[in-house]
Amino acid sequence: MAEEPLKRELANDEALAEEVADEHERRALEKTWGDEPGFWGWLASTNHKTVGKRFIYTAFGFFILAGILAVLMRVQLARPESTFLNPDLYNQIFTMHGTTMMFLFAVPVMEAVAVFILPLMLGARNIAFPRLNAFGYWVYLFGGIMLWVAFVMNVGPDAGWFAYVPLSGPEYGAGKRADFWAQMITFTEVSALVVATEIITTFFKLRAPGMSLNRVPIYCWSVLVMAFMVFFAMPTIAWASACLMMDRLIGTHFFNPAEGGDPLLWQHLFWFFGHPEVYIIFIPGTGFVSTILSTFSRRPIFGYTALVLSLVSTGFIGFGLWVHHMFATGLPRLGESFFTGATIMIAIPSGVQIFCWIATLWGGRPRFKSPMMFVLGFFFIFVIGGMTGVMQGAVPVDLQVHDTYFVVAHFHYVLIGGAVFPLFGAFHYWFPKVTGRMLGEKLGHLTFWVMFVGFNLTFFPMHILGLRGMPRRVYTYQPHLGWGDLNLLASAGGVLLTLGVLLFIVNALRSLRAGVLASDNPWGAATLEWATTSPPPAYNFLYPPTVDSRDTLWTQPADQPVVVGLRSDVREVLVTRTLDAEPDLKAEFPDSSIWPLLAALATTAMFIGTIFTPWAFPVGMVPIFATLTGWFWPKKRQAEERPPEEVKQKHGKRYYKLRGQES
Amino acid sequence: MSARPNIDVSNLPTFAFGHRPLTWWCTWSLILIEGGMFVVIFATYFFLRTPVPDWPPGVAYPRPFWGTVNLVIILVSCLPNHWAKKAAESLDLRGVRVWLAVMIVFAFAATAVRFVEFGYLNCRWDQNAYGSIVWVSMGAHLLHLVTDVLDSIVLLALLIVGPVEGTRFTDASENALYWYFVVALWVPLYVIIYWVPRWM
Repeated sequence: MAEEPLKRELANDEALAEEVADEHERRALEKTWGDEPGFWGWLASTNHKTVGKRFIYTAFGFFILAGILAVLMRVQLARPESTFLNPDLYNQIFTMHGTTMMFLFAVPVMEAVAVFILPLMLGARNIAFPRLNAFGYWVYLFGGIMLWVAFVMNVGPDAGWFAYVPLSGPEYGAGKRADFWAQMITFTEVSALVVATEIITTFFKLRAPGMSLNRVPIYCWSVLVMAFMVFFAMPTIAWASACLMMDRLIGTHFFNPAEGGDPLLWQHLFWFFGHPEVYIIFIPGTGFVSTILSTFSRRPIFGYTALVLSLVSTGFIGFGLWVHHMFATGLPRLGESFFTGATIMIAIPSGVQIFCWIATLWGGRPRFKSPMMFVLGFFFIFVIGGMTGVMQGAVPVDLQVHDTYFVVAHFHYVLIGGAVFPLFGAFHYWFPKVTGRMLGEKLGHLTFWVMFVGFNLTFFPMHILGLRGMPRRVYTYQPHLGWGDLNLLASAGGVLLTLGVLLFIVNALRSLRAGVLASDNPWGAATLEWATTSPPPAYNFLYPPTVDSRDTLWTQPADQPVVVGLRSDVREVLVTRTLDAEPDLKAEFPDSSIWPLLAALATTAMFIGTIFTPWAFPVGMVPIFATLTGWFWPKKRQAEERPPEEVKQKHGKRYYKLRGQES
Repeated sequence: MSARPNIDVSNLPTFAFGHRPLTWWCTWSLILIEGGMFVVIFATYFFLRTPVPDWPPGVAYPRPFWGTVNLVIILVSCLPNHWAKKAAESLDLRGVRVWLAVMIVFAFAATAVRFVEFGYLNCRWDQNAYGSIVWVSMGAHLLHLVTDVLDSIVLLALLIVGPVEGTRFTDASENALYWYFVVALWVPLYVIIYWVPRWM
């Protein structure tokens, strides 16, 4: 009869022992995975959340800067013959606006969110190659600062964000303006490529056990496609900008028709990168949409396989459209027809995605929280932008509206609709996970409505202005052309849009200080980033999770197994198999390190030096090589601690002799 | 902890070869990125070639002797490279050291011959677009040769002064994979630089 209380007592003891063990593990992991304290530790951090947050804040900072330039342009264009900006400054401003938005905001911010979210969503402790991740951030930051310092010193690029030759070439682009632009490309490409490498490796090798490829959340698929597109698009622009710099610095003739070069070569190279770039920005946006839509419709996403295939096929088709930017250059008719076909074809996977989202909404029980509002806004804006895109895919329409404000309207509908609205949705959605506090819901709704109305007021009139013949990139216009009223309306919309962004900033700052504390999973979502605390600890998960379905937090039993047996005194992670995510290896991640920062500084010195002299290239390689060697050189003590049994058995005595000690 | 259902991974190996370790994914990322870059470089060559009747325009053919010497050196280097890779994958420390050292000698020789090659291209980079693409594509490959020599030397130093750990063998195996890529780049580039002007 006394057995029952005894059992209960034993169970209590066991529970207590478990709690003690957990606490012990927690402290060990915190010590191992946490950033070092102080400024030095801050500089040396390789944690994906620390780096990801920096990345996001920096990219958002560039968004604000480029937004200020946009406001300046809208002030200048609000009335005819305005003298607010002079033509030279206007040229620099529209170039800096486009360049900053595309290279320093849109691509980096999409990668930045992935750096933060992807490892959490996959159940990993850090992103693959964490030191490379830190390096990627620093290189991006220094490249952005270089461009903006040049701009402030009146050496800002002024030939448009695509820097067409011969305008940007040695004949017409005097001074160093175009060189700073071209070198900014090198910085951002290096950064984008290393982050893409991390994303691909994390996606394939660091997934939680059980997360076979058919269970990977759609958002992860979208950033995977983005990363592969970065792989194949960015080398082209890096090569193009290198050729441009060499034409300007050492007298090569890639784009000089007098010596057998060809200005159209630039356009081909640029747009072979430039068009996929749009999808690099837009595809992660669709990943946000699928994620937010599923959570707030409270049902699994409709048509998972169709959505993944749409993403992948958009990635492929995206590389076959570049020539539609060059319809006005006098290409062969057959070429024009082919690229018209390809351009219109992209509507198919986009359409599949939109119908899958509608079906998700249809079959769900939608909750109209602020992230969801941005997604609904995305539908409206993006569909309009997509349709004007299909219109311009037809050569006759394209020739009519080429280089007019119709194009400006179109790509702002696509990019702000397709990327910025989902991104703001993502900000509202993941804010509690990143900061531990909820964003103000009422202010969130207000932000959405002000941005939505402001956006449409700014950019819809531009369609009409374009059809009425207003060309892009003009610093002013005459009163008799009749463009004044619509421009004034667009400028008023710009004020509203700016106000919307300011509301977001106010909301974020207020919520950071006094927002409601967020629970682990405040939205009741299904993916793994919500299975840990808000904000997550340095090591992400006390015990790495396993997964039993696509929407694992909705379906898994309370006793879903966890992973044990990883060391907590070093940064050991579990590597799983590529297809089925079965446990395969234990890999040790390197400690935090200052070397990535030093390597980025050395790289920066070399890149900036080559703007002025070609000798900076060979000379600058020396410190880069030195810092990379320092980066990869293992710490001796730690390496000695981890001679695996296999190596020891194989080498026995010789191994120990090598270390200067006998076994 | 005993009560919690779990997967114990403490007995898994800490290193492996082929596509299992993360390093392989990094190596292949580099190969894809740089291979893509070379595809664009080749495309640029033919884009510039197409509209011109005479190729090379206004200059003599490049002399293929040293380029062919380099082709032989680079192709033969695949043997020590292969043995270094095999030695790494069977954890044969001595073998890796020896064959990696031999590999470095080959790679160094290829780098040295490359500098000689530039003297026999019969054009300058600032002469015309042909000269530009020839010099820059050769230079891009030279950059790969130099990089590989340097990182192989660092790896060899690590294997000699130690301490030796399992992942170092993975690194040696990956280093060999990357050298194959450098070899694979040179074969089409050699044909384009030295023979396309004569054939096309």
